[in-house]
Amino acid sequence: MAEIKLENVAKTFGSFAAVKRVDFTVDHGSFFVILGPSGCGKTTTLRMTAGLELPTSGRILLDGEDVTARPASARDIAFVFQLFALYPHMNVRQNIGFPLRCQNFPRAEIRRSVEETAKLLRIDHLLERRVGGLSGGDRQRVALGRAIVRRPKAFLMDEPLGALDSEFRRLMCGELRELHDRIDATTVYITHDQLEAMAMADRIAIMNQGRVEQIGTPQAIYDRPATMFVADFIGAPPMSFIDVQTSLRRGDRSVRIDGAAVEMPELFEDRAEGKFALGVRPENVSFADASPLRGRVIGAEYLGTTQIITVVTANGQIKARLSSSEAVRVGETVGLALRPDRLSLFDATSGQALHSSLYEGGSRG
Amino acid sequence: MAEVALVDVSKSFGAVEAVRGLSLSIADGEFVVLLGPTGAGKTTILRLIAGLERPDRGDVVIQGRVVTDEVPAERDVAFVFQQYSLYPHLTVYDNLAFPLRSPARRMKEEVVRRRVHQVAELLHIEQKLGNRATALSGGEMQRVAIGRALVREPAVYLMDEPLSSLDAKLRAELRLELKRIQRELGTTILYVTHDQIEAMTMADRIGVMNEGVLIQLGTPREIYERPNSAYVASRLGTPAINLIPAELLGSDTVPPQARTVGLRTEHIRISSADRPGPLAQVHWVEHLGDQNHVHLKLATHSLVTLADPVQQLKAGDQVSLEFTEPLYFDQAGNRVGTDGLRGHA
Repeated sequence: MAEIKLENVAKTFGSFAAVKRVDFTVDHGSFFVILGPSGCGKTTTLRMTAGLELPTSGRILLDGEDVTARPASARDIAFVFQLFALYPHMNVRQNIGFPLRCQNFPRAEIRRSVEETAKLLRIDHLLERRVGGLSGGDRQRVALGRAIVRRPKAFLMDEPLGALDSEFRRLMCGELRELHDRIDATTVYITHDQLEAMAMADRIAIMNQGRVEQIGTPQAIYDRPATMFVADFIGAPPMSFIDVQTSLRRGDRSVRIDGAAVEMPELFEDRAEGKFALGVRPENVSFADASPLRGRVIGAEYLGTTQIITVVTANGQIKARLSSSEAVRVGETVGLALRPDRLSLFDATSGQALHSSLYEGGSRG
Repeated sequence: MAEVALVDVSKSFGAVEAVRGLSLSIADGEFVVLLGPTGAGKTTILRLIAGLERPDRGDVVIQGRVVTDEVPAERDVAFVFQQYSLYPHLTVYDNLAFPLRSPARRMKEEVVRRRVHQVAELLHIEQKLGNRATALSGGEMQRVAIGRALVREPAVYLMDEPLSSLDAKLRAELRLELKRIQRELGTTILYVTHDQIEAMTMADRIGVMNEGVLIQLGTPREIYERPNSAYVASRLGTPAINLIPAELLGSDTVPPQARTVGLRTEHIRISSADRPGPLAQVHWVEHLGDQNHVHLKLATHSLVTLADPVQQLKAGDQVSLEFTEPLYFDQAGNRVGTDGLRGHA
């Protein structure tokens, strides 16, 4: 168990700023996910936390102690790369016990730790088996076992599920999270897969071009994205944006689009005439014949339970998630209704969300 | 006319039967997706059609011609691999033009130029034509790799998980783009993947595979609504279909030979505990953003279903369940009874 704190941490490689002043705290025992596209600086951030890179500036604290300049070996942190790296010539027991043998632990203690770990991962019946003959899932469990057998203060995981089938990845997500809850270890996990992040994280930090765009619980980030980048990165399909050219006043509860007033959460700031983007998630869009907000259906993607309908309007493309039982024809013109209490309004130039009752209200009912 | 057909094809590698007595016919302009886990035999099928492997038994037919004994170059196919393999020292333009400049083809440079620009426009990479291949993002590289197949006009495109190395957002974009291109050009594509979303959204027909056997072939809606087995039912749908013992339903509508009941999220109705129906307990509610999953405990079995945003459920709540149109499977996992059939919407 440990608390990990990054204070103003930055890293440049030559003239390239990979990480620009990142600040966050990972609480004792929490599952923290850093999410972002490739090249956003998430791996560099993790490597600095592990002690594999030295920050250009800033401090890294482990349980309040400054470990910025300490090498990886002196940090008591386990780094899990791709989970598949096992020693093929050793059996399960030897693979899990390897880190302890390297540190010359007494044999009896190694035996006890390995068996405890195997029980935790529910692979104690496989201890004498060769890793070569194991299923993919069991191999993953053995690799995890090797990471947790030392009982480090924290785990850092770099896309450990990246190489797996999507279906199997979902399964391992559930298992990883359950394991985390059982051993109560602080975990920092990086991924570019938003579903993995949503499924496992207590809190998510979304990174973009070396900066943290937003930190919050999965639900908060989904419901109240702080920037258009976040709104666009989270959700499958992501949030749709409707272009709005207008001026705005504190207290406004609607915005004009094509002459129609579209209701939205009460606005808490004044803005001069400019370009804005009204953001709506697909599940908050429905068809409404009478709505003045109209568009043409250009695509219907069948997903089984639901379908994703893409509608082109004069002010942007809007995606709607509807029940598959609803009949939709490509080419037809439809009216769209947007759920008023779930709309975000962004400054289209800066990408920042405007303050409104949705954002200030904190948790919603 | 069938553009590509496999007729009772088998292929083993040592003791492993990769493909077992498989027949499949792909129509001109059709987009067929083979869906299955790693090791199902999907890639072997592509390699058999391309001529990179020779079947132990059966025939490969392309445009009505048996090509089983022909070498890859004689077959009219283009292959797109999972890992983009571009020539790093060449520009995007030269990478795209490469297949057209092969000595076997000898195209006029003017024709090459027209084709390359056409394809670049289709893939939205026209402004990158002068770039080195190494100066591209992952998504751009993969588009160039797909483009290099598209410049040719083969009878069939064979695609082996071409989007799997990309991040989720790009994958979603390219999925739509690939479907659009296929529709616009009327190309014939055989595409293999383990991603059910790719299969559902792009395919005209999906072939579900397991252990070298084609288990079911049909439109996405057919496969989803009328799976022929518990295996196929469990391959499609998020959250995955719930499979529980038939006796738990305790209703007289269950066909006698049914051993397992398949319940998709749309087949489960949750109401307050005072309503009739089996009682379950809310174990936890998982917030995934657009999809919030409710995990229920029914006796000792777990059920996962989509949360209704209006219904405020929390862990520990007692609820009553109603099951509509469940799917029934027998001991062997095959679907039984007609009770599970749903009409087309």
